[in-house]
Amino acid sequence: MEKTEQRMDEIMSRLLRTGVILAAVFVLAGGVVYLARHPTPVTNYRVFQGEPEKLRTVSGIFHEALALHGRGLIQLGLLILIATPIARVAFSVVAFLYQRDWTYVLVTLIVLGLLVYSLLGGAG
Amino acid sequence: MAGFLGALTGLGGGVVIVPLLTLVFGVDIHYAIGAALVSVIATSSGAAAAYVREGYSNVRVGMFLEIATTTGALVGAALVLHLRVSVISIIFGVVLLYSAYASMTEHADSSANTGPDRIATWLKMDSAYPTPNGLQSYHVRGVPQGFGLMFVAGVLSGLLGIGSGAVKVLAMDKVMKLPFKVSTTTSNFMIGVTAAAGAGVYLRRGYIDPGLAMPVMLGVLAGSLIGARMLAGAKVKVLRMVFSGVIAVLAVEMIYNGLK
Repeated sequence: MEKTEQRMDEIMSRLLRTGVILAAVFVLAGGVVYLARHPTPVTNYRVFQGEPEKLRTVSGIFHEALALHGRGLIQLGLLILIATPIARVAFSVVAFLYQRDWTYVLVTLIVLGLLVYSLLGGAG
Repeated sequence: MAGFLGALTGLGGGVVIVPLLTLVFGVDIHYAIGAALVSVIATSSGAAAAYVREGYSNVRVGMFLEIATTTGALVGAALVLHLRVSVISIIFGVVLLYSAYASMTEHADSSANTGPDRIATWLKMDSAYPTPNGLQSYHVRGVPQGFGLMFVAGVLSGLLGIGSGAVKVLAMDKVMKLPFKVSTTTSNFMIGVTAAAGAGVYLRRGYIDPGLAMPVMLGVLAGSLIGARMLAGAKVKVLRMVFSGVIAVLAVEMIYNGLK
């Protein structure tokens, strides 16, 4: 029991680190592309306009990133970053299932549901 | 700019990003909060990777309380739509003042660990953590109150783009009587999940701008690496004083701006 729990902790730790590094790589790559194409960014952050539709949705971001647009790549990196804690929670569901701890399977599923809801639908 | 911001954040958490972006660089507060949330996830996940391995954080307590923090974050992110910028600024300033105060006060470990609690036992929250003298077991208390405070922490996180670490530690430390090491690491573990809930809503609403989030995120990551290394050798007490001072000044500025 103790052994498997320790093993789970290690996998979780690696998952978090990989997520952050992967996200940073995409953001950095996107940043390079973005700055190479727009040496002097003209965006005005003083006035709030909101991002265009294609940089707001999961499918739109993938589309932009595949087209190798700088802003799309950065946004994909940020999406990976947001997905990292979500993946961690999903992994916890499996870990608690493995331990047959049904109370916490339910608890983690609720948290996971809230996170998926926040990213994919509603409350927009 | 990114490096400076990052180094500061590495030392003191996400609370610095929003005031700095809005007050110094004149960025709209919605963009600033979006960028801050993203960097909060980055530092929290990076740090949590190390803590989980050391066996301090209590995953059960964290998970259970995350129901409260994520719900709160969704409420907070929804509130942003309905509150005026000046109101958000004032709330931010007040929270900043509190965290300045919280980081000034010395911590006393509540070692008077009393007997088991019914709810905590039912939720199997009692655990143990490693010390130089082997594993030290502890009981968890005050689950409903802690849960309530965590909801507040979640709302603040979703509304202001901060980790609300100060409120989280307060809930686990003072109310639930977790040992200090356990409460700080568990809170760090929770911050990422809470911020992810807020960030999801912000992303869909178009508050997360790649051009702004990119330097902030990379700077914060670099800064937290450097910051951790610098902290290891620095006089923590002096740093904490300086930092509290900086936060207090920013807090007053935010409130003044909100009132204007």
